[in-house]
Amino acid sequence: MKTKMNTLLKNKNARTNALTYLVVIAAFLVTQYLYSADALSSSVKGYLIPICVYISLAVSLNLLVGICGELSLGHAGFMGIGAFSGIVIAALLKDTIPNDALRLLCAMFGGGILAGAVGFVIGVPVLRLRGDYLAIVTLAFGEILKNIIGNTYAGIDESGFHMAISTTKMPLETGGKYIINGPLGATGIQKIATFPMGFVLVLFTLFVVLNLINSKEGRAIKAVRDNRIAAESVGINVTAFRMKAFVVSAFLAGMAGALFGLNYSSVTASKFNFNTSINILVFVVLGGMGNILGSVISATLLYVLPEALRSLQDYRMILYAIVLIVVMLCTWSPKVKEYLSVIGDKLGGLRKKKEVGSHE
Amino acid sequence: MNEYSRKMLKVPTYNLLREQDKDKLPVLDVRNLGIDFGGLTAVDSFNITIGPTEISGLIGPNGAGKTTIFNLLTSVYQPTRGSILINGIDTKGMTTHKVNKLGIARTFQNIRLFSDMTALDNVKVGMHNQIKCSFLSSLLHLPGYYKAEKKANEKAMELLDFMGLGDVANQKAGSLPYGVQRRLEIVRALATNPSIILLDEPAAGMNPSETTELMHQIRRIRDTFHIAIFLIEHDMNLVMNVCEAIAVVNYGRIIAKGTPEEIRQNPAVIEAYLGREESNA
Repeated sequence: MKTKMNTLLKNKNARTNALTYLVVIAAFLVTQYLYSADALSSSVKGYLIPICVYISLAVSLNLLVGICGELSLGHAGFMGIGAFSGIVIAALLKDTIPNDALRLLCAMFGGGILAGAVGFVIGVPVLRLRGDYLAIVTLAFGEILKNIIGNTYAGIDESGFHMAISTTKMPLETGGKYIINGPLGATGIQKIATFPMGFVLVLFTLFVVLNLINSKEGRAIKAVRDNRIAAESVGINVTAFRMKAFVVSAFLAGMAGALFGLNYSSVTASKFNFNTSINILVFVVLGGMGNILGSVISATLLYVLPEALRSLQDYRMILYAIVLIVVMLCTWSPKVKEYLSVIGDKLGGLRKKKEVGSHE
Repeated sequence: MNEYSRKMLKVPTYNLLREQDKDKLPVLDVRNLGIDFGGLTAVDSFNITIGPTEISGLIGPNGAGKTTIFNLLTSVYQPTRGSILINGIDTKGMTTHKVNKLGIARTFQNIRLFSDMTALDNVKVGMHNQIKCSFLSSLLHLPGYYKAEKKANEKAMELLDFMGLGDVANQKAGSLPYGVQRRLEIVRALATNPSIILLDEPAAGMNPSETTELMHQIRRIRDTFHIAIFLIEHDMNLVMNVCEAIAVVNYGRIIAKGTPEEIRQNPAVIEAYLGREESNA
C-alpha cells in the first residue's frame, strides 16, 4: 500500500513533467513541419526564435518568482548581459570555430556564465532584502546593467581585442571594427541563431528548472518560500538557496539573451529595459506562479498576440491590455474563481455520476 | 573536552540527570542565559542541563518567556548574556541552520509547516542535510540523484510510519487536521537527525485521546532514537506524566526546578500559577 502510494506520487510528479516536455516537443515538431512545408509566412518565421527566447526567460524567472517566491524586476538586465557577451563571443570565435551551431552554443554558454556571475555579484547585496525592497533593488540593478551595456565599447583591431566602459567613444586603430559601439549597440551581427537551437534552449531550460524543482535543492527553495523560519530551523541555509535560485535564473536568462542577440543584425541596450522585465513577469504571472507549463504557454500566446494584432494598428495594445485584465480576473478574482469552480464541480459531478453508473 | 569540563566546574548547575546520563556529556547545557529587548529583560539567569536521553519540561504562566528561551536555544535570537552549549559546543554567534546541524531541532507553537508541500516532502526538507547529493547532480539528475532520492524516500516514509502518519504522506501539509500537523512537525524535526528536540506546546489543540497518544509517542521517540526531549506545555497532565525533570519560569527567570513531585508541591510554583494568598486581607 505504502509503496503503491509512493510510486503514485512519483508518477504524478513525473506526469506533469512529461506533459510539459511533450507539449514543447509536439509544438516544435508541428512548427518544424510547417516550416519545412513552407506553410509559414515570413513574419511568423520571425517570431519563432523570440518565442523560444521568451519561453526560456519566463521559465527561468518563474524559478525565481514562483518557486523561490522572490519578485525580481531586473530579468532583462541579465538577458542583456547574455546578449552582448554572446555577441562578442560569437564575433571573437568567428575564425576559431567555423561551425555556426557550435559557435552559437559557445556564445550561449558564455553569455549564460557571465550573466550568472553578474547575478552572483548582484545577489550578494540584493539578497539581503526581501519582498518589495528586493523588487525595487532588482529593478534598479536591471537599469544599471542596461546603462553599463549602453556605455560599453568593444572592438577588434590589429593589436587585438579592446573593451572599455566609458562615456566617450573608445578609439580603435584604423581598420578596426566595433562589435559593441556604446549607445549605438551592437551592429553588423552575424545572425547565427536558429529555431532548432531555440528549441534546444527551451528544452535545456525546462530540464534544468524541472530537475531543480524536483531535487533536494528545489524542496529547500520551496521551503524557504513557504516558511523561512521553519526552513532555517531544519538546517537550511536560507541565503545560500536564494542565491542558488538567483544565479541559476540569471544563467538561463543570459543564455536566452545570447540567442536573442544573435537573432538580429543589430541590437541596442535599450531593448533590455524595465519594459522587457515587466513583460517577462507578465508571462510568469499569467501562466501561474510556479507553473512551468503555464509559463511556456503564456509566453508563447502573449508574445504572438500583439504581433498578430498588428493589423489593428494603434488599437492592438488596448486589446492586449484587455486580454491581460480578463485573464487576470479569471484566475485571481474570488468571485470569478467561485463561478468557475461551480462549473468545474458540476462537470466533475457529472463525471462521477457516470463512473458510478458504469460500475453498476 | 577538557575545556568543557573546566567550564563545568566553574559554574555548578542544578542537575537532575537520569542515572544513565550521569557521566555523559549533557546534550544541552545553558549557563546564565539572558536577553534584553530594549529595556525589557525577557529572560534572565536561565540555567539548565539536559542529559542525552532525558525528557524535561519547561512550564510557566503565559508570557513567562518560555518560547523566547526556545528561540534563544535555536539562535533565532542572540542572547545578551550567558552561553548555550550543545553537545559541548558553544553556539555563540551561530545562525539557526548551523545550530540545527549541531543537533538541535524544534517544533513551533504556531505550526510552521511548508503547507503547500506534501507531508512526505516536508519530512524530506527536514532530511535536507542528510541527503548526500551534489548541486550539479540534482541539477542534471545524475545517477547519484536517484540513489539519494530513493534512500530519502524510504527513510522519510519510515519516520512518518513511526508517528503513524504513513497514510497522509502524499497529502498537502496545509490540508491536514491540526493534531496531525503537530505530529508532522515532530517528524520533520526528527528528520534532521537531532540529539535534542524542542517541542513548543506539542499538545496544543489536541483532544484528550490525541494527547494520550502523544505522550506514548514522546516516550517512544526517546526510547527509539535515544535523544533528549525538551518541551513547553500547558497540559499539566502531559507534563507531569512524561517529564523526568521540570523547570518553571516566570518573568523570564527560573523559579523552580525538580522532579514532577517536587514541582507539584513547590509553593513558588503554586504562587506563580494561582497567585499569593493575601494574609492580611
